[in-house]
Amino acid sequence: METLWFMIVAVMVAAYVVLDGFDLGAGVICLFVARSSAERRMVLRAIGPVWDGNEVWLLAAGGTLYFAFPQLYASSFSGFYLPLMMVLWLLMLRGIGIEFRAHMDNPVWIGFFDAIFFVSSALLAIFLGAALGNVIRGVPLGPDGYFFEPLWTDFRVGAHPGILDWYTVMAGVIALVTLTAHGALYIVTKTEADLNLRARRVALVMWPIQALLTVISLMATNWIKPEVMDNYREHPIGLAIPLLVLASLGAMLWATLKRKEKPAFVASALYIVSMLVGAAFALYPVVLPASTDPGYSLTIYNSAAGHHGLVVGVTWWCIAFVLALAYFVFIFRMFRGKVRLEGSGY
Amino acid sequence: MDSALLVHRLHFAFTVTFHYLFPQLTMGLALLIVVLKTLALRRNDELYNQAARFWARIFGINFVLGVVTGIPMEFQFGTNWSHFSRFAGGVIGQTLAMEGMFAFFLESAFLGLFLYGEKKLSPRAHWWSAVAVFLGSWLSGYFIIVTDAWMQNPVGYERAPDGSVQLASFWELVLNPWAWWQYAHNMSGAVITGAFVMASVGAFYVLSNQYREHGQIFLRTGVWAGCIFSILQLFPTGDGQGRMVTRYQPVTLAAMEALFTGQPGAPLVIIGQPDVEARKIDNPLLVPKALSFLTYRRWEAHVEGLDSFPEQLWPQNIPLLYYSYHIMVGLGTIFIAIMVVSAFLLWRGKLFDARWMLWILLLSLPFPYIANTAGWMTAELGRQPWLVYGLMLTADGYSKTVSAGNGMFTLLGFMGMYTVLGILFLFLVRREIERGPAAAAALEH
Repeated sequence: METLWFMIVAVMVAAYVVLDGFDLGAGVICLFVARSSAERRMVLRAIGPVWDGNEVWLLAAGGTLYFAFPQLYASSFSGFYLPLMMVLWLLMLRGIGIEFRAHMDNPVWIGFFDAIFFVSSALLAIFLGAALGNVIRGVPLGPDGYFFEPLWTDFRVGAHPGILDWYTVMAGVIALVTLTAHGALYIVTKTEADLNLRARRVALVMWPIQALLTVISLMATNWIKPEVMDNYREHPIGLAIPLLVLASLGAMLWATLKRKEKPAFVASALYIVSMLVGAAFALYPVVLPASTDPGYSLTIYNSAAGHHGLVVGVTWWCIAFVLALAYFVFIFRMFRGKVRLEGSGY
Repeated sequence: MDSALLVHRLHFAFTVTFHYLFPQLTMGLALLIVVLKTLALRRNDELYNQAARFWARIFGINFVLGVVTGIPMEFQFGTNWSHFSRFAGGVIGQTLAMEGMFAFFLESAFLGLFLYGEKKLSPRAHWWSAVAVFLGSWLSGYFIIVTDAWMQNPVGYERAPDGSVQLASFWELVLNPWAWWQYAHNMSGAVITGAFVMASVGAFYVLSNQYREHGQIFLRTGVWAGCIFSILQLFPTGDGQGRMVTRYQPVTLAAMEALFTGQPGAPLVIIGQPDVEARKIDNPLLVPKALSFLTYRRWEAHVEGLDSFPEQLWPQNIPLLYYSYHIMVGLGTIFIAIMVVSAFLLWRGKLFDARWMLWILLLSLPFPYIANTAGWMTAELGRQPWLVYGLMLTADGYSKTVSAGNGMFTLLGFMGMYTVLGILFLFLVRREIERGPAAAAALEH
């Protein structure tokens, strides 16, 4: 039962990163690929009907995490107190930046909201990566299952690291590059003419950086935490995941060069999913490793909710998940195709 | 009081109070917009569609603020109240996760369709999208109320060996009797906010002699809804909620009424200042025996006073609890008076020329917000010193690892951020009211 919920939470986190990832990426590239106010409006309109729904995956994943693993939720949210609060502020600024830009008449303020959209999107991408980096690297858990991490200590990976050290900063940069490319490929599928070409160029520029960082990050992870290989050694079938990472990376380049817009975006989504699945596979059954004493690590067993609650949850979760998928398919079909400026909306 | 505890309590109180200014209008307007859309469809009248679009624009602005200020609420269970989350997550994690999975997806998916899809959809499909937004927002309200109701009156749980509570019965949790009354009372309060806001804007248009026809639609819809729901707010929902408190939290009832000594034929205090040290009420204005009748339906019934309970179980802030409760009830009574008189004038066809009444409606806009806030303060202050009634003290629930200094840092951050958001909200809504309902046939940007 705990394993099932581990997979469910992992699926929801992956769905969040793939979906909200492209509109975060759109925010990162917006200032560079969209030069005029009209072009920026096109970018906003490409994500407008869906970004809020995408972000709900974060809330729903958070809620599901709380429900299935209350101990993990309590420990990690209080331990990552400061960065999480900053994430909240960024999410607020970003929501305001997207939604209220359309209500501004003066170009001065429109420019200001565009800047907010860019800064909050870029910082969120970095924070998400750093958060994942923290979970892989481990945190200074005490025997009571709690910890409190300062924002930074000495930037080294040790028993008492900060939120930011060289490893998590690197993870943040990978997330930024990955989501920038992901967002660019999404904008390519949704636009035409100049915007389309410029977004495609961003994706092509990002590709070698992304490929290089992927290799470096896999090596760095292996170096700071050799035990990440344990699960792979035990179940060599897992080695298919890093192969999938490389394959999807190759497919991204190939499809972008061949101007196959949708396959390129799908390849990027696949890259993100396989990176996340690879991390989850390496961690399992640990959900929050302790950098202090491995015995203090939170696992799916010592952090899960009661058995009856988990069993009941499966029923309603499946119903809700099917409904949510139906809404998403419906909305994405409704707003499919390239965006144009005439008509109602953003 | 331990300073970290105080900071964490203020943190939640401040963010949730600010947050709830927005959902109450969201939930109230969602219903009224469905009413307007239904009338537009039934009567095939474009004016009603324009009215619905105008309120949809305000709804959209309001909704964004509700969402962005709502995200911190879910997070704070973990960040600021982690010991509570660890203790109770096995139960209330259910309802909070269900809110995300059922309500948020429904709401967010159809809101985009409702706000931006009118041209792509048939009138009937667009009506359905409004209904879906309404259902999503009211469903979200239910899951939150069930969560709070469990903290007020814990049911359907069992103790686990590690001291935490875990779900024992799903249906007992979601069908908590406390939740039903609280939900009815809370949603009716939300509709009152929506109705007063709509009537107030309508009164402004009619008084200033612009968009008169739209203003009249707003007044008709707002006044009828306001009349029905301000009566429902008192009876049966307020009455039912009060009897829940009498039954499950008698000490809270005594503190709300500032009844220091238990007595048969207890009086109801209309006005007066509680003096907790001296155990008395200064300058009281009393209705003899009324409290006994309201709580037990008998004029001579014995009502337990604070003296029946040990002092450490009294809510810690009795004056604030007492005032919150009395402000809520006092305003609720005034709402009934305003709305019944307006409805009478409307029925006689005189409301649109009764400038004095229109002025009252125009100026009454802030008061439902105050009443709803005071109501929630009554519920939450009344539960003290408990975080989960009878199971966990508030003093045991906060994040022990997050120091007062770190909590203060983010509390100040939220205060600054919310000041800016509040100003932005008022500016944008004022702009929409200036532009008026006829200005844009659809959302053009």
